[in-house]
Amino acid sequence: MEYGLAAILLAALVAMVVARPLVLGTGEDEAGDSVAREELEAAKEAKYREIRDARLDFEMGKLSQEDHRSVDRELRGEAIEILKRLDGLDGKSPETV
Amino acid sequence: MAGVGSACLLVGLLTAVYAAGASLYGARTGNRAAVVSGRRAIYCMAGLMIAATVILQSAFLRSDFAYKLVAEGSSTDTPTFYKFTAMWATQSGSLLLWALLMSIFSSAVLFLTRRSLRQIAPWATAVLAVIAAFFLSLMVGWENPFATLANPPVEGAGLNPLLRHPAMMIHPPMLYTGYVGFSIPFAFAIGALIVRQTGADWIRATRKFALIAWTFLGTGIMLGALWSYSELGWGGYWAWDPVENASLMPWLVGTAFIHSIMVQEKRGMLKIWNVSLVIATFVLALLGTFLVRSGILDSIHAFGASTIGKQFLVFIGLVIAGSTALVVSRLDDLRSKARLDSLMSREAFFLLNNLVLVGLCVVIFWGTFFPLISEALSGTEASVGPPWFNRLTTPLALVLVALAAIGPVLPWRRASGRGMARAFRVPLAIAAATLVGLLLLTDAADSPPSLAMFCLVALVIAVVVQEVIRGATARRIVSGDPWPRALVGLVTRNRRRYGGYLVHAGIAVLFLGVAASSAFLDQRDVRVSPGDSFRAGGYDITYERATASLGSDTAGTGAPISFGAVLTARRGDKVETLRPKRNFYPSQDPATGAIGRFFEGEATSEVDVRWGLRRDLWAAIRPDIGELEPAIREANAKFGGSGDKVQTLVIAAIVERYRNQPPPANFRVIDSPLVSWIWIGGAIVLLGALIAIWPSPETRLRRVTSIYAARLGKELSRA
Repeated sequence: MEYGLAAILLAALVAMVVARPLVLGTGEDEAGDSVAREELEAAKEAKYREIRDARLDFEMGKLSQEDHRSVDRELRGEAIEILKRLDGLDGKSPETV
Repeated sequence: MAGVGSACLLVGLLTAVYAAGASLYGARTGNRAAVVSGRRAIYCMAGLMIAATVILQSAFLRSDFAYKLVAEGSSTDTPTFYKFTAMWATQSGSLLLWALLMSIFSSAVLFLTRRSLRQIAPWATAVLAVIAAFFLSLMVGWENPFATLANPPVEGAGLNPLLRHPAMMIHPPMLYTGYVGFSIPFAFAIGALIVRQTGADWIRATRKFALIAWTFLGTGIMLGALWSYSELGWGGYWAWDPVENASLMPWLVGTAFIHSIMVQEKRGMLKIWNVSLVIATFVLALLGTFLVRSGILDSIHAFGASTIGKQFLVFIGLVIAGSTALVVSRLDDLRSKARLDSLMSREAFFLLNNLVLVGLCVVIFWGTFFPLISEALSGTEASVGPPWFNRLTTPLALVLVALAAIGPVLPWRRASGRGMARAFRVPLAIAAATLVGLLLLTDAADSPPSLAMFCLVALVIAVVVQEVIRGATARRIVSGDPWPRALVGLVTRNRRRYGGYLVHAGIAVLFLGVAASSAFLDQRDVRVSPGDSFRAGGYDITYERATASLGSDTAGTGAPISFGAVLTARRGDKVETLRPKRNFYPSQDPATGAIGRFFEGEATSEVDVRWGLRRDLWAAIRPDIGELEPAIREANAKFGGSGDKVQTLVIAAIVERYRNQPPPANFRVIDSPLVSWIWIGGAIVLLGALIAIWPSPETRLRRVTSIYAARLGKELSRA
């Protein structure tokens, strides 16, 4: 009796919670840009971290100047691509930045 | 409330099934409402598991023996501290712990990724829900922790005395948190494979979870070793027991995964390695859980036979088959465009690191399952012992420590010969000086592998210290900060790097303790009477007198009777006093008699250790209570039907007799050099891992900015 009643009540409670987005919508459609932005921001941070890592390696003498220049140029190119895509989300063109 | 608990499990199972279904539907059709509904179902499942755990724990705390689990795993005289731990000492209780941790971890990662990884996250949700559904189905179908007894006993059987140790309270939840934590990167890897997004996005989203899982699993393993050392009474911390091995294997492969994903993040390489490693880690975590409970291999840790072994094997088989098929079908997407620029690069050494760690795991796997393999092939069960494991793992461990020294010095892509020579000049000189010093001043040469390990440990520590000094110097030049500020700034801005270096140093320190204590320990097993003396290691030890106590267990384990000894250990001018004892817990078997049951139940060693940075002096006693048997038999016959007060007086008299006329006792005394450095190394590893896990200032700022941006977007859309 206790088991059955508790199961029905708990199931009803769960149903209310999980059905809410199905009935009322998620309110997420307009947030599509924010999803892309979050992912790009994460990618940007990761790229910045790589640039900083390479610079630290160079400053510590692990990378020669020539190697660091080549690595840094490549990483900065990739970071600029990410920044362009981020600006693209705001509707900015390179000319307006 | 048992009914409510069972209802939580049933509704939790239905919720998990719904979460899997809704997420799959949402992932296939792009229906966001279904995806969000699936995610909310996971949150609900977490709520239900928390409620179920609270109900079960409250039953343990109030000793409600109507619950079968409480009657079998606790008793009124079990100390409160241990009543709380009794849940995970039982099979169904540990399944509930798995489901609880699984649902909390899943909720956390799905909440954090709710605004990212829109393609991958729904598939990952489905995978997590299926895993949770498996564990819930085990409880609903076979092992219900809320099963009740029609006729509850007046007293419970009590918690296994071996588990009454503070480390044991934390050890299982730590291990399970580690096992469960690896399900998060596993689920996201599967999601990434399904949608063919095999870049580093899934790694960035789950890297912290992998690190947290690795840290918890490692801490759990360390606590298990500490428990073994200070509770089991055999004097060691690692016995290559199947269940110990089962926890070490996912940790080793998880270690490879944590290193290897850095290569994918930085260079877009080793993608096949990374998905394979995370799948292997998760499968080994499942295997670890299975081994503890299955009883298929003899282990001091396998507490009770299992009724769910077949289900586990089927699930593990499905995970392996499904994951392997998925990886094979996505090989084209996983191939990297980048190539190794040089064999002298950090990525090349990470690859070597992967090979060594996986090699170690394969050796341990083979040794662990050899009894089953030999039985399947020859019909007779044979097993391999610690010497076999030591012989095969020692060379690999040496290579691993060497890699821990070389890796931090190497840059990504390629290292110049001049740079390498400069970087290794000082550390190699320190390692060479260590070698010369050890050869001249100690007998370390008696054990060449240990000698090699000591030198490699010196190399690792020298490299780490040098890296920190070089980094702080570079930062000081750039920023003009004073040394302490430059050091703090360096670590704060590069937490992953310097946290990782600290972990390397900790592992090296740990291996220092392992190498010294395993090669140079001095163990003596003696049978002596009070007044006798013997020698153990560098100590002259005297058995001064016997001890016996009734109802005065200072360790809080709930043992009514303890027999022990006072030993005096002299080493030069230094005098130590040790008080090892053995606790006796009452038997529930009525055949042992009303008095005898207090002496013939389970007994555990309460070892006494003098911890030290240079050496530990460890002592355990096994009192011979055979000479008390005539008195116990007589007491059973005369006072078996007497009241509690009379019986207590009789038991006290027998205990007093042991103290006054002690028979010879068996002692094990161990003089173990540098063993404490194992625990110190473990603490350093933990500290390093915490530094690496701690969010960087940039990440915290980004999160806050994103939250503000999301809020602004929402408010603008309302206007």
